[in-house]
Amino acid sequence: MDFRFELIMDYLPFFLRGTLYTIGISLLGILFGTILGLLIGLGKMMKNKILAFPFLLYISFFRGTPFIVQIFIIHFGVVPAIIGTTNGIAAGIIGLSLNAAAYIAEIFRAGIQSIDRGQMEAARSLGMNHVQAMRYIILPQAFKRMIPPLGNEFIVLLKESAITALVAVPEIMYWGRAFQGQYYRVWEPYLTAAFIYFILTLTLSYLLSRLEKRLATE
Amino acid sequence: MIKVEKLKKSFGANEVLKDINASIKQQEVVVVIGPSGSGKSTFLRCLNLLESITGGHVFIEGIDITAKTTDINKIRAEVGMVFQQFNLFPHKTVLDNIMLSPIKVKKIDPAKAKEKALELLRKVGLEEKADAFPDSLSGGQKQRVAIARALAMEPKIMLFDEPTSALDPEMVGEVLEVMKQLAKEGMTMVVVTHEMGFAREVGDRVLFMDGGYIVEENVPHELFDNPQHERTKAFLSKVL
Ligand SMILES: Nc1ncnc2c1ncn2[C@@H]1O[C@H](COP(=O)(O)OP(=O)(O)OP(=O)(O)O)[C@@H](O)[C@H]1O
Ligand SMILES: [Mg+2]
Repeated sequence: MDFRFELIMDYLPFFLRGTLYTIGISLLGILFGTILGLLIGLGKMMKNKILAFPFLLYISFFRGTPFIVQIFIIHFGVVPAIIGTTNGIAAGIIGLSLNAAAYIAEIFRAGIQSIDRGQMEAARSLGMNHVQAMRYIILPQAFKRMIPPLGNEFIVLLKESAITALVAVPEIMYWGRAFQGQYYRVWEPYLTAAFIYFILTLTLSYLLSRLEKRLATE
Repeated sequence: MIKVEKLKKSFGANEVLKDINASIKQQEVVVVIGPSGSGKSTFLRCLNLLESITGGHVFIEGIDITAKTTDINKIRAEVGMVFQQFNLFPHKTVLDNIMLSPIKVKKIDPAKAKEKALELLRKVGLEEKADAFPDSLSGGQKQRVAIARALAMEPKIMLFDEPTSALDPEMVGEVLEVMKQLAKEGMTMVVVTHEMGFAREVGDRVLFMDGGYIVEENVPHELFDNPQHERTKAFLSKVL
C-alpha cells in the first residue's frame, strides 16, 4: 500500500481549520445544550403532568430519532423557515445543541433526583424558597454527580459533530470528504480525520477526569 | 403560640392524621410519643408545612399557615426543625451550613452571620469544628451542628423529629444536653422522641399519639405513672 503523506501535508491547513470548526461547534453545542438541557430537565420534573408533558415529548423525540434525520430537518426545514435561507453552520450548532439537550436533560434529572430528599427539606425548613434551595443546596451537589455522565455526553457530541459535514459545515470530516473527492484516496483523508478526532476526545476526557478529581477533593 | 385545629392529613387514600387538636404555649416543651406509624413525624412536618395539609388549620402566633396569603418561607424561617438524619449540607463546611440561611434568607451581613454562627458553635461545644465538613463529624456532632444551624435563624419554635434515634448510644447524651439547655433558656419546643427520661425531665407536657389521633395528653409524671387509656398503657408497657 502506498501511503502518500505529501497529500496529507497538502490538506493539512484545511484539516487544521476544520479542527477549529469542530472545536467551535462542539463547544457551542455543549454550552447551549447544557443550558437548554438544565431547563428541559427541570421542566420534565414539574409536578404538573400536563406542563411537564412537552418536555417529556421533546426528550423522547430527540432520543428516539437518528441525529442525521434531525439535522436534515433543521438544515432544510427549520433554519430556512426562520432566516429564509439554509445555513449549515447555524443548522449544525442548533442540531447539536437540541440533540445534546435531550440527553443532558435526563442527566440533570437523574442527578437532581439522586440527592436525598432530606436536603431539600432541610433547606426549606430553614426558610429558603424553592429556587434558593435548588441553587445553594441541590444543584451544587447534583452537579458533582453529573460530571461523569456529562463528560460522556460531551465526547459523544464531539464525535457526532462529524455528521454536520453533510450539511456543509467545514469541519474535519468535511475536509476529509473533499480530500477523498479530489484525489480519490481513502486511507489518507480518513485516517487523518480519525487521528484528529482521537486526539480531541483524548484531550477532552483528560480534562474531564482532572475536573472530576479536583471536585472530588474539594 | 401554636394552635392546631381539626388537622387532617392523608397520603392518597391513607389517612394518617385524622383529627388532631393541640395547643402549645410559649416556652412550653411538648414531647410527642407513640408507636411507629402513628403519624408523629407527619404531625410535626405539618407544623412547618413540609407536608401539605389535607384539612383543618394550624395557627402560629395567630397566623393561619394554611391560608393562601401566608408567606410560608417566612413562617419556616421562624420555626426551626431538627431531623433524625441530620440533613446537614455535605458540600458546605460546618460554618457555612450555619451561616447560609441567615445570609441568603434573612440577608444578614456575612461578618455578623459568622460571628453569630461561631457563638452558636461555642454553645453546642463544637467551635473547633467550624471549618470541618459534615462527613468528618460523628453523629452526635452532626446533630449538634444541625441544632446550631436551626438556631441561627433565631426561630421562635423548634421542632425535633427523633433527634437521637440515628445516634450510637454513647452520643445520645450530648445531644439531649444541648436540648435541655435550650429548654432552660425558654425555647418553645415540640419533640418527637423515644427518650422517656428526657420527656420526664424536660417535658412540660406529653402527647401520646396513636392511629392518627392524640389519644392522651398530660404532664409527664401523670401520663407515665398513671396512664388513663388502654392504648397508652399498652404502649408504655412496651417502651418503659
Ligand atoms: N410521604 C409519604 N407518602 C405516603 N405515606 C406516607 C408518607 N409519609 C408518611 N407516610 C405514612 O404515614 C404514616 C405515618 O407516618 P409517620 O412517619 O408520620 O409515623 P411516625 O409516627 O413518625 O412513625 P416512626 O416512629 O416510625 O417515625 C405511615 O403509615 C407512613 O407510611
Ligand atoms: Mg417518624
